[in-house]
Amino acid sequence: MTGPTGPTETPDEPDRRDGPSDPAEPEAAEAGGSAGAPEVPRPADPDPSESGVARKGGASEGGAPVQAGAEAVPSWKAILRGLGPTGLGLKIGAPILALLISLGITMILLRLTGADPVSSVQSMVDYGTQQHSIVDIINRATRYYLSAVAVAIGFRMALLNIGVDGQYRLAAFLAAALGGAISLPAPFGQILVIVAAVLVGGLWAAIAGVLKVTRGVSEVLSTIMLNAIATGVIAYLLNDKRLAEPRPNSNDVATATIPHSGRVGPLNGFLSAIGIDLPGAVYGLLPLAIVVGIVFWIVINYTRFGFDLKISGLSPSAAQASGVSAKRMIVITMVASGAVAGLIGIPGLLGESYDYSLNFPAGLGFTGITVALLGRNHPAGIALASLLFAFLDQTSDILQEVEVPKEIVGVMQGVVVLTVVIVYELVRRWEIRLQQRSVAAELATGHDLAREAAGSTS
Amino acid sequence: MRRGLKITLVTVTGAALTLGGASACGGKKAGGDSGDDNGKKTLKVGLAFDIGGRGDQSFNDSAAAGLAKAEKDLHVTTKEISAQPDEPDSDKESRLRLLASTGYNPVIGVGFSYTASLLKVAKAFPNTKFFIVDADGCKVEGANVAGSCFSEEQGSFLVGAAAALKSKTGKIGFIGGVDVPLIQKFFAGYEAGAKKAKPGITVLPPKYLTEPPNFNGFKDTGLGNEAAKGQLDKGADVIYHAAGGAGIGVIKTVGAAGKWAIGVDSDQYNQPAVADVKSHILTSMVKHVDLSVFNFVESVAKNQFKPGTVQYNLQNDGVGYATSGGNVDDIKTKLDDLKAQIVAGKITVPTKPQ
Repeated sequence: MTGPTGPTETPDEPDRRDGPSDPAEPEAAEAGGSAGAPEVPRPADPDPSESGVARKGGASEGGAPVQAGAEAVPSWKAILRGLGPTGLGLKIGAPILALLISLGITMILLRLTGADPVSSVQSMVDYGTQQHSIVDIINRATRYYLSAVAVAIGFRMALLNIGVDGQYRLAAFLAAALGGAISLPAPFGQILVIVAAVLVGGLWAAIAGVLKVTRGVSEVLSTIMLNAIATGVIAYLLNDKRLAEPRPNSNDVATATIPHSGRVGPLNGFLSAIGIDLPGAVYGLLPLAIVVGIVFWIVINYTRFGFDLKISGLSPSAAQASGVSAKRMIVITMVASGAVAGLIGIPGLLGESYDYSLNFPAGLGFTGITVALLGRNHPAGIALASLLFAFLDQTSDILQEVEVPKEIVGVMQGVVVLTVVIVYELVRRWEIRLQQRSVAAELATGHDLAREAAGSTS
Repeated sequence: MRRGLKITLVTVTGAALTLGGASACGGKKAGGDSGDDNGKKTLKVGLAFDIGGRGDQSFNDSAAAGLAKAEKDLHVTTKEISAQPDEPDSDKESRLRLLASTGYNPVIGVGFSYTASLLKVAKAFPNTKFFIVDADGCKVEGANVAGSCFSEEQGSFLVGAAAALKSKTGKIGFIGGVDVPLIQKFFAGYEAGAKKAKPGITVLPPKYLTEPPNFNGFKDTGLGNEAAKGQLDKGADVIYHAAGGAGIGVIKTVGAAGKWAIGVDSDQYNQPAVADVKSHILTSMVKHVDLSVFNFVESVAKNQFKPGTVQYNLQNDGVGYATSGGNVDDIKTKLDDLKAQIVAGKITVPTKPQ
């Protein structure tokens, strides 16, 4: 992985340990553990004491361009950015292992609450695989997915957008008010609502981005506060004197209902055409979420913007040195994150509720954070993670049926996320160590890898 | 990579074992369940709670009390499922569907936010009876759906009058849980009642603990504490709360300051949670959710089910004020006079703040 950079860093070792002038360095050396570069020339001393739990590094920004290697990334950054093992077997094995561990922990917890763990899990599976539940799970996962992608965009460059929640609620609310106020022939009404939501979400997030680059306000703080402000703004505007529609005798307040021409029909027709018959209504905008995922993947992996994003996240100074404006990247990333956040409420708005009311689902932005962590910021991983979370949430009711408190589902979700994060980090370090050992073994036998590599390329 | 392969193998084997075990034992459980169903022929009542759920010392607990009474008096079996905060309508729908499809009949939804979902699910289960507490707009449809709604403003009117008559400073306060139309209705009645009983009274601006979608204002007693302190500082000496569980904090703070608190939903004078300050509970605006739930279960048990909604108001004592503690005994005639005027239609209580 980082074989060639390892030996070149070795002479710096005393400086790295003793020179606290650069805050990132000791952090990195510690968090990366003995798997770091200095170990390479000492293959006989694998230092087993370093196999502990992922340690949280401080708020260090990677300052030195020399730390291009993955082992120099502090754990918290590695976790946020979704770094994991590179080998295919480990990529598949690690999550399976993590899920099994969390299943085991869950079963123990269920046993501790006095329930029969096996039958509880069985009834969850039975209920979760009923057709109605499948539809609900898919719809729920659609919301979680968009939310997690919005969060993941920020995570990719170590920006914590806690404000997804406020961004999507404000976006859905204003878009709903707009969609209910004007009636346009399809598909213009739908497009208008979607574009409005994207704009509102992006602009609301941009405030946090601009504050960060101009005033140095941490995006964590500003987005949390923007959530509260969004709540206040919505509460003020969601009033029948303002943007809500008067509904006499009703305990609900809602925006005007979006007319039929502005709605998106269910996907069931298409699904039954390809042989999947489901009851209820699968969100017609489910494909939109898939498209967002694909675009995210392409942009991150195959565009210059995606490269700039990753580099800015890894090392702002390295990015700066190669001509990437970190400030510009921060604002753009926040806007992109907010724009995707704006979409979270739209499948439900155009496909189910047709208005923004007191019953509009809230809190999805926070679910998105955990789903993104669980999905390792990878579009496919997030898809699986959102399905898993949707399944757990959907089946929480059946647990009450069998006399298990539904709160256990929240515990399960926490256990899954923690286990996955920890297992990934441990496997990642273990793999790095393994690679370094093999490199060291090669060196010990007298091979000159650098020359061999040069020889093979020339 | 060799070790990686080993780990993968171990995990796959583990997965196979776990899943195999799960399916084997699950089968046994399912068999046991159906046996139970055949043995008993009692009514199985399923009840889905609103946010807050059981233990909110208020609205949901009142519904639970009605269900508990039905369980005792009518010998029915019951099942309660709580809601999650911030859930979308589809969750409520699937919760009701779960109850109906697992054989619960009748099925009860507590809280107006269940209205739309309940009506939808009721169509899919024509043989199951459904009931909605606080039916939105006091309207239900379908031959198998009944609902109850409450004239909270009428009860609040009376406790507002009591507050005005008992106030020495001439200032009274109101603390609402969440700023939603339902709670604004409580304030509208309270203010109107106070002004009617004593035109010169100052009703402090209402304090709502949280704005939707943050429904903590129905739960967080700390918020109730702070808000009560604020209103006491402004000179209020009678404070009415419509804040569910958070209202416990209001009552405690107001009681500790030696002023009057007014409870809500059930007769809070008798609640253990506020037992140490109960001498400072002037009265409570009682909303008989328990009665509505019990009446409904009874009607189903006796095969007298009638679709449609029932309005619970002062006339049928579905709402009212509590007299426990005897603190309003001296003004009871005045309150009952106002009550008679409302029942006779001479006073129309507003449902929206002026």
